[in-house]
Amino acid sequence: MLRFILTRVSLVIPTFLGITFLTFILIRLVPGDPIEVRTGERGIAPERLAELRHEMGLDRPLWHQFLDYVGNVLHGDFGLSLITHNSVLSEFLTLFPATLELALCAMLFATLVGLPAGILAAVKRGSLFDHGVMGASLTGYSMPIFWWGLLLILFFSVGLGWTPVSGRLDLVYYVEPDTGFMLIDTLKAGDYDAFRSALGHLVLPTIVLGTVPLAVVARMTRSAMLEVLGEDYIRTARAKGLADGRVIGMHALRNALIPVVTVIGLQVGTLLGGAILTETIFSWPGVGKWLIESINRRDYPALQGGVLLIATSVILVNLLVDVLYGVLNPRIRHAR
Amino acid sequence: MPLLDIKNLSVEFTTRAGTFRAVDGIDLTVDEGEVVGIVGESGSGKSVTSLAVMGLLGSNGRVVADRMMFAGRDLLTMPAAQRRKITGKDVAMVFQEPMTSLNPCFTVGFQIMETLRVHEGLSGKALRNRAIALLEQVGIPAPETRLSAFPHQLSGGMNQRVMIAIAIACNPRLLVADEPTTALDVTIQKQILDLLVQLQRERGMALILITHDMGVVAETAQRVVVMYAGQVAETRPVHSLFERPRHPYTGALLDALPERALGKRRLPTIPGMVPGIADRPAGCLFSPRCRFADVRCRAERPALFDVDDGRARCFYPLPDGHLAAGEAL
Repeated sequence: MLRFILTRVSLVIPTFLGITFLTFILIRLVPGDPIEVRTGERGIAPERLAELRHEMGLDRPLWHQFLDYVGNVLHGDFGLSLITHNSVLSEFLTLFPATLELALCAMLFATLVGLPAGILAAVKRGSLFDHGVMGASLTGYSMPIFWWGLLLILFFSVGLGWTPVSGRLDLVYYVEPDTGFMLIDTLKAGDYDAFRSALGHLVLPTIVLGTVPLAVVARMTRSAMLEVLGEDYIRTARAKGLADGRVIGMHALRNALIPVVTVIGLQVGTLLGGAILTETIFSWPGVGKWLIESINRRDYPALQGGVLLIATSVILVNLLVDVLYGVLNPRIRHAR
Repeated sequence: MPLLDIKNLSVEFTTRAGTFRAVDGIDLTVDEGEVVGIVGESGSGKSVTSLAVMGLLGSNGRVVADRMMFAGRDLLTMPAAQRRKITGKDVAMVFQEPMTSLNPCFTVGFQIMETLRVHEGLSGKALRNRAIALLEQVGIPAPETRLSAFPHQLSGGMNQRVMIAIAIACNPRLLVADEPTTALDVTIQKQILDLLVQLQRERGMALILITHDMGVVAETAQRVVVMYAGQVAETRPVHSLFERPRHPYTGALLDALPERALGKRRLPTIPGMVPGIADRPAGCLFSPRCRFADVRCRAERPALFDVDDGRARCFYPLPDGHLAAGEAL
């Protein structure tokens, strides 16, 4: 197992270098550097501009800046934000729990709804329910996130007034951050009204962010179940006189879960990408919103560090999925 | 009263191409402790018959019968939940493909114990001991350690032994073995067959052995049902069938056995194929491949006529049990 993990980790190094290089170049291709963006229409004297650029190290050759950056990152130093002058790492870590909370809720939502929907669609293949699930998931998968989010806000928040429009918590509440997960922190503080408020704020972003993974999980579960249900060992299970629930929920599902778990793992990337849009729509104070702001301010270190750290978490999740895959599928267990 | 009593069983499948009758009005009886061999080519309806008996056909397979009784209980009108109490307990089945018939995600021990847990309510140490005893009975060495093995860690022969252990776990009165040796090596085939026969004798259970191997039938069965295109072509006690087959199809099948073709330059074969969904002849279903067929055979479908000590579906049963001049059809 250790050997397997080490191999996987070593394969990740080129990925990291590529990601770092791309973000580094792309953000610098955008017109306007951090100083110009900040001065805006007022403009700045050329001498002062040159002076500030020199201070920030922006006047050095690009390859020089890049190598410096990589060297610092290798030492665990993600640099300081050009705007707030806080450590990029600590800013990221403060905001990340908000994103994680949203992403986990979205994944939970997608799995809890998508898995049963997919199973039922497969079992009732060709039925109205099956066609309904498949149609809905295709729609969900094809829907642009920002449009879907605005639609839900318009309907549920503005129209019906059932859910708050944006943010994580009503302003009347204050909860001392501890784990960074609002649901947990409010419960820990024993403030149930705040908990309800946090939950209410989570509903729409969770649905918006969870829609694409939900569609993918439902479709994948259905097709995996259909394949598995035709297998000989399902016939064996029925020949043992097992009830349908046990045949489907255990003998079939256990095998169908193998591809589904892989897909769920792959969705984590989509989820964090989707979080950027979702957080912006709902003013969710997570890393997604922070990254967008960093782009707008040309906050090079914050953006580079943020993207790199998100990439790290995606890779970690995928590694976790690979390990879990071995647990689910005895045929490819890595440790012998 | 026979243990299994089936009268006029038909199974139809609805496909896009239309309705296909895979099993067409067969009668089948099996007595307590009897070994019945069902033989026939691929597509003759052997497996579908056994799946119908087990109640394992999917929703697109429609089962119709005048009578389908097991141990005096009507399988046709029995609710599904009732039937499940019989399936896997009193009637059990061994399948053709041992490598794919066991669930790859669960250990062998789990899959054996599951049957015992569901049907006999065993648990804990008693359950484990029964599973170990079963593995021992089917000839698996070191059964204690094998309990935690996954199917992919065992060979095909070992997996088939596990399948047999699962099937006999609750002491069934009827075991249906659908081509249990077809997917195995020749040397293993013999072992598995011997094991099945030995278990059948020890436990006095009835056995339906489905195969396309006439040699296997000769060694094990007491009575033989020869199926062709979903119908019974001939049904006879094993000795008289092998000595004096009356249906030309049975005769041709026997002539195609290598051990009966000694001294011939070529092994006799039966030309053509079993008719499929679209090309069923108007008359006798075997008439397109039968060298004895005449106008009547091509126009009219023969019923099952009494012959000797059994029945054969032929207007002109072979008089002396041999094809003319000992040639192939």
